[in-house]
Amino acid sequence: MSTDHATKELLAYWNDNLVIIAVHLAVWFFVSFVCGIMFADQLDAAFRIGGMPLGFWFANQGSMIVFVIEIGTYVYMMNNLDKKYDVHEG
Amino acid sequence: MSILAWTWIITGTSFAAYIYIAYRSRAKTTGAFYAAEQSVPPILNGMATGADWMSAASFISMAGLISFLGRDGSFYLMGWTGGYVLLAMLFGPYLRKYGKFTIPQFMADRYYSNGIRVVALLCAIFVSFTYVAGQMRGVGVVFSRFMGVSINMGVIIGMALVFFYATLGGMKGITYTQVAQYCVLITAYLIPAIFISMQFTGVPIPQIGMGSTVSAGGAAILGDPSTQGKYLLDVLNGIQRDLGFANYTEGVRPRIDVWFIAMSLMIGTAGLPHILIRFFTVPKIRDARSSAGYALFFIALLYTTAPTVAVFARTNFIKTINNVKYESAPSWFKNWEKTKLVAWKDKNGDGIMQIAKGAWNDPKSKNEVKIDQDIMVLANPEIAKLPNWTVGLVGAGGLAAALSTAAGLLLVISAAVSHDLMKGIIKPNMSEKEELVWARAGAGGAVVIAGLFGIYPPGFVAQVVAFAFGLAAASFFPCILMGIFSKKTNKEGAMAGMITGIVFVAAYIIYFKFVNPAANNKDHWWLGISPEGIGTVGAVLNFIVMYVVSRMTPAPPQHIQDLVGSLRYPGKVKA
Repeated sequence: MSTDHATKELLAYWNDNLVIIAVHLAVWFFVSFVCGIMFADQLDAAFRIGGMPLGFWFANQGSMIVFVIEIGTYVYMMNNLDKKYDVHEG
Repeated sequence: MSILAWTWIITGTSFAAYIYIAYRSRAKTTGAFYAAEQSVPPILNGMATGADWMSAASFISMAGLISFLGRDGSFYLMGWTGGYVLLAMLFGPYLRKYGKFTIPQFMADRYYSNGIRVVALLCAIFVSFTYVAGQMRGVGVVFSRFMGVSINMGVIIGMALVFFYATLGGMKGITYTQVAQYCVLITAYLIPAIFISMQFTGVPIPQIGMGSTVSAGGAAILGDPSTQGKYLLDVLNGIQRDLGFANYTEGVRPRIDVWFIAMSLMIGTAGLPHILIRFFTVPKIRDARSSAGYALFFIALLYTTAPTVAVFARTNFIKTINNVKYESAPSWFKNWEKTKLVAWKDKNGDGIMQIAKGAWNDPKSKNEVKIDQDIMVLANPEIAKLPNWTVGLVGAGGLAAALSTAAGLLLVISAAVSHDLMKGIIKPNMSEKEELVWARAGAGGAVVIAGLFGIYPPGFVAQVVAFAFGLAAASFFPCILMGIFSKKTNKEGAMAGMITGIVFVAAYIIYFKFVNPAANNKDHWWLGISPEGIGTVGAVLNFIVMYVVSRMTPAPPQHIQDLVGSLRYPGKVKA
């Protein structure tokens, strides 16, 4: 149980949480807005997956697949973080 | 057995299941009515969220819409899935820790102001009604196309069903019927897609089939042996170029606009009340995190299939219709002509159907064929020559998608009326029993209004869907985010930011959609951002105003800052 925590520890937990969120959001932004939209044409010209140009693939499938995986890693990391700082629910 | 018989059997069975589930999970407390007693397992909450999210439009229209837009259409795909990453990390776990029942209530507590509650509940009601109007119409349309009853009769049947399970079971009833509805809709969507992928490419996974080469069987269906062995997308690009369109895999819309629309849809998704309240229904905070993951997985199953349906259907449609004599048109074309989703007008009198740029009924265009976007999904089973029962399944799937979304939205409206307006503001001393009566009355009233929207569809519905996302993006998203991640943001800041966001977005959309629709093109848009993407700018304005005003006015009281602090830790925290 986690009733008595030093403020410092809780702050460290929150800061770790913010770092995890920031990293995941950076990936989220990269696969969709950067690969799927901004540089889609360049990626299209550079590489193809089967018949799918890479930028088109990111826009139609890749970004969504990464989103699903990302939430998975976020859940995994946060559940570990909860245990590390002993702030998880009873 | 005939298609009609199968449709009635499958739809009837699924409706009976929904009614039985709703009866078994009827609500006796406000906790059950608003939040399903916080007892929904995360996988089931993920399915319910998926059904809540995927509407009649996602099921019936999205693939067709994308097939006309090519790569540009992907802003729908990324926009309507990317929001779940935000929900999982920025909102879900903290709202679950807060644990109460509605978004306006959260805003009122966090910003210690009933004024905010009123603005928030008005936004929630407006957004939900905008959305629900299309759903009831969708129910009527599916009924009329698949079962030959009138659209109005279809709306009334849908209303009766939703009325029954929303007023009886509240969130609890809705959740478990949505789980069943998810299963129906995803099966109905995937089966035809898998079969079509098999027939065209020999690959049973449509997501891979889209990037594969056309098989011998596929070339036979397309009636063009030269396509065999070529990549399907190359074949489609070739067809597009021959007809004077851009390559399917290339974007033509200004990139800045695509960017802003995708962002607006993402943060709008994360700010939609009917999705946010789903996080109140799980037992624990870690369940809130994982249920966002399950939800996105279940949604992505359909959303990654939709673009493949778009590619297969478009290739097949053009190949088998364009330059083909009307007498030898495939039988599905003639079947669907009755519904007016496809039509042909022999402008040059040669008896051959020609597809080209422009509208089919525009005498100046060479195009002779009308292609409604909905045909791409609805006619899929017949195009693929699938057995009759799959056609019935698609009908039941469309109904499941429309009904589940409608129910989730109606609950938001009902809770806004009973919990926020009546209990929260007008009559705080009311008993739980009385509140439940109001909640049921609110849900019932909302069903009737939504049904009327379905029977008498206001012409502006299509125009204001952009509004729902823009408004959610510019009002709820920034205020909830700052409410969790910034202790110093106060009620003055939130109020000023929210009003700025709402007024800006409303003014921009009203101007281009109603005041001066002739100017609604990229030459007149501000920085080339369409009304669909303006919610992003509204959100940024909201953030800036909220930050500045909060710094200029007194910080929130200590107990509010402590409340924010407690949201950040899953366990109990001593103040």
